[in-house]
Amino acid sequence: MTSPTTDSVEGAPAVPRRRSAVRARWLAVLRTPVGAGAGLLLALVLLLAVFAPLLWSDRAETFDTGSVLQGASADHWVGTDNLGRDLFYRVLVATRLSIGLALMATSIAVVIGLVLGTAPLLLGRRAGRLVTAGVNIAVAFPGLLLALFFAVVFGVGMTGAVLAIGFAGAPAFARLTHTLAAGIAERDFVAAARIAGVGRTRLLLRHVLPNIGEPLVVNATIGAGGALLAFAGLSFLGLGVQAPSYDWGRLLQDGLSGIYIHPEAALAPGVAIVVAGLAFNLFGEAVAKGIGLTATVGGGFGPAAGRSPDRVSAAPTDDGRPATDPGRAEGRPVLDVQDLSVSFPGPNGPVRPVRGVSFRIGRGEAVGVVGESGSGKSLTALAIARLVERPGVVDAGRLEFMGTDVLAGSDRSHRRLLGTAFAMVFQDPMTSFNPTRRIGRQLAEVAEQHQGMNRRQAFGRAVDRLRSVRVPAAERRAHQYPHEFSGGMRQRAMIGMGLMGEPSLIVADEPTTALDVTVQRQVLDLLESVRAADDVALLLISHDVAVVGQVCDRVLVMYAGRVVEDLPAAELRTGARHPYTRALVATVPDMHVDLDQPLPTIPGRPVDPASQPPGCAYAPRCPLASARCVEEDPALADDGAGRRVACWHAGEIGTDTDVPGAAPVALTSGERA
Amino acid sequence: MTSTSAERGATAAHRGVAAALDGPWPRFAARRVGRLVVSLWVLVTASFLMIHLIPGDPVRSALGPTAPAALVSARRESLGLDDALVVQYLHFLSGLFTGDLGTSLTSQLPVSQVIAQRLPSTVQLAVLAFGVAFALAVPIGVGMGVLTRGGRARGRELAFSSSSVVLGAIPEFLLGVGLVYLFAVELGWFPVAGRSDASSYVLPVLALSLGPAAALARIMRVEMLSVLQTDYVRTARAKRLPAPRIYLRHALPNALTSTITLGGLLLSALVAGTVLVENVFAWPGLGSTIVASILGKDYPVVQGIVLVYGAGVLLVNLAVDVALALLDPRSAIRES
Ligand code: SF4
Repeated sequence: MTSPTTDSVEGAPAVPRRRSAVRARWLAVLRTPVGAGAGLLLALVLLLAVFAPLLWSDRAETFDTGSVLQGASADHWVGTDNLGRDLFYRVLVATRLSIGLALMATSIAVVIGLVLGTAPLLLGRRAGRLVTAGVNIAVAFPGLLLALFFAVVFGVGMTGAVLAIGFAGAPAFARLTHTLAAGIAERDFVAAARIAGVGRTRLLLRHVLPNIGEPLVVNATIGAGGALLAFAGLSFLGLGVQAPSYDWGRLLQDGLSGIYIHPEAALAPGVAIVVAGLAFNLFGEAVAKGIGLTATVGGGFGPAAGRSPDRVSAAPTDDGRPATDPGRAEGRPVLDVQDLSVSFPGPNGPVRPVRGVSFRIGRGEAVGVVGESGSGKSLTALAIARLVERPGVVDAGRLEFMGTDVLAGSDRSHRRLLGTAFAMVFQDPMTSFNPTRRIGRQLAEVAEQHQGMNRRQAFGRAVDRLRSVRVPAAERRAHQYPHEFSGGMRQRAMIGMGLMGEPSLIVADEPTTALDVTVQRQVLDLLESVRAADDVALLLISHDVAVVGQVCDRVLVMYAGRVVEDLPAAELRTGARHPYTRALVATVPDMHVDLDQPLPTIPGRPVDPASQPPGCAYAPRCPLASARCVEEDPALADDGAGRRVACWHAGEIGTDTDVPGAAPVALTSGERA
Repeated sequence: MTSTSAERGATAAHRGVAAALDGPWPRFAARRVGRLVVSLWVLVTASFLMIHLIPGDPVRSALGPTAPAALVSARRESLGLDDALVVQYLHFLSGLFTGDLGTSLTSQLPVSQVIAQRLPSTVQLAVLAFGVAFALAVPIGVGMGVLTRGGRARGRELAFSSSSVVLGAIPEFLLGVGLVYLFAVELGWFPVAGRSDASSYVLPVLALSLGPAAALARIMRVEMLSVLQTDYVRTARAKRLPAPRIYLRHALPNALTSTITLGGLLLSALVAGTVLVENVFAWPGLGSTIVASILGKDYPVVQGIVLVYGAGVLLVNLAVDVALALLDPRSAIRES
């Protein structure tokens, strides 16, 4: 027996609903292909149940001793039984009894289920809990077993079987009703009615039941399919319908004994059972899905106007390769990224959340990437780590790590290099460790895989690395599971995992965002000390300008998938030339800001990557925006000293801006190529 | 398990040794055992009451209207049916502890002997079907999950989904009939019915396992898809582990926990499904015996077999919970 699904719980309305809305929803389901097919099939089965006995009873029950146990022929499509009766018509006529009994059993199950399921609401706490406990025990037993039990109690035969299947299905419906009713009982309008002094019974009848009706009907439809199969089962065992009455299960039993001579006699009723069962089942599932979908569609799908693929691909990319190696890069950079972009297929052509990002990181250098969420900074980090999965596509003019082109060739060929020299630290240490594996094993894996150590050696190294990131009692901790670690300790263990190899670059994506303020500092200090000790380069992604300003040498500011400014971290406060950078800096309180004043925020919203404007993406929010800004996208231009900025009005002061902390900066000549 | 609880105790070391005894494992075990005992009691009481819920005199209906009144009352006497209900209940309970389940009304054999005779072949069937269902579902579900992740291979996904929905919707006894027709009647590869050599096991085991296997494979695929999107699988990829290791060592155990939770219900239904399948294949097990006994109104036998089936279901549920707790240590802490 199919146990009722609770999928449709989501579909339960927030307010008492009107009948027309329900009708509209069911009609919408009938317009989907699965819904229409299942609905048609169900209608056909129900029509047969009503009309087949009226039309063909005679042909199904006429004895014909001249043609006993015949195979399929033109006269008898499925052949005849041992009394010469036509099996095709017998199967059709049996539809009524099979369906009718299943529906009766389902009604019994629903009624008992309603009584048991709402009893906890009516009876009060103690008795209610007892009923719920009983239902929970009964639900653990499969329906067929319960049906057999009740078949013994109610006796063999049609009536007994209807009662047995009805009672056996009741616990599942009771549980469903209870779950649904409990959900409704917590809603505001029920609470309001309760406060208004409405009695329990009235509350149930007027407020709760009308609101759980729809999911119950859906589940009853699915349940009817299950009851049909169960009934066929009981009749097949000889415990249900008895001769001379016949349903599909009975016909199947009769046919099975002669399956060698006459397989159609067993197969035809079998097919009927499966088809009818599927009709109820699929229809119920389709409606359940439809109801669920209505709820999601309402909130989600915004208008998709103005998305032009041409425009996306025509967006200019910056060709500004830095003339000089910025920062303290000596010799070959650890990471060299040129014209990196990431695109995803969208409903209106590809969407490019990262559009032509270029930068380099020198040995031991700490580079920060800041921007609001949606600026493409995390995706940039994933892309350089080669962790963007299909359907995302990464393109780059150059993507070199330690002098190796990691974009060319298979993942496999770079596995060792990336596995040992490239470390990742993710945002949420709660979810980034595998909950089913011990921390030590998760670290050790790296050494086993890439450094050829055996289990023991690798585990030893893991303990050593945990110690190096100041995890106390590292030996014991290594045997623990992630849920036994605190958040800060987990993040340190994550950094320790990166240190299993000998990393030249650590990419940390919002490493402190998910942590308590008190442990944020510890994690940042750890990253800094690791960098200092081993000359490891650091790429720190953060939305927090203050964090990046403290830890990094250089800062890349990203907006709408592009780098809009690249400047030394020390100059963030005083030397920012891009209006967006200044606005970001202004949102950070410093010691001189009056803390009683509300923190300034950047007005407006970030650009939707699916609809990039032709001009500067920041123009709608920019206080300096001019006509040119709206039409032409400024390229990222180098000032010759390693600073880069993409703005037509870089360094200018707007008349209506009020950006505290951003001091006027003299315009450098030749900043626009 | 002891080492785990010791570690956990040490986490709470500041709370002293008592904290270790109070750890999640003992609490999990206590709660689970408590639930098992209550369920067993309900099962035993329900099967005891079954005979008394039957309207009319069960002995009379078993022996038929023509049986002499003296015989009926002698049988009632020997069954203890004339005692007070409480006395009968206590007698029933004490009988359970000594393995005495009463005597068959028709064959006069002890019920425990009937069960001992028939139980092994049913257990064989169920255990084999369990194994086959998992052996089919896990690789297929994992494979389909990996193949269709991120919206890949849509055509294959559709074919897999629709065929597994249909296969899952066919009840086991119909599947059995279909298999008999195809492989026994048409192709003649396997015997139609009965239990003899190894080949006679093939069709009943398949009939019992294909439906649950299809449903489990579907669950498995969906779980794989959602696990493959988690942060910790991304971490595993960031460690540049080879793909098989990511799928089998990192994703599979996590996908299995949810699959086993949902699959537990399917598996206990499989235990009950043996009743139908045994009757399709004339399999000499408990399932065919219980049906014959219901039809022959041999109530003590029915009562005993109902008890065995119910206990089997409870055992499966327990095994599922323990497997879950071992696979995912958090599930022991979470209220299950
Ligand atoms: S280019 Fe124009 S709109 Fe864009 S940031 Fe500069 S001034 Fe503002």
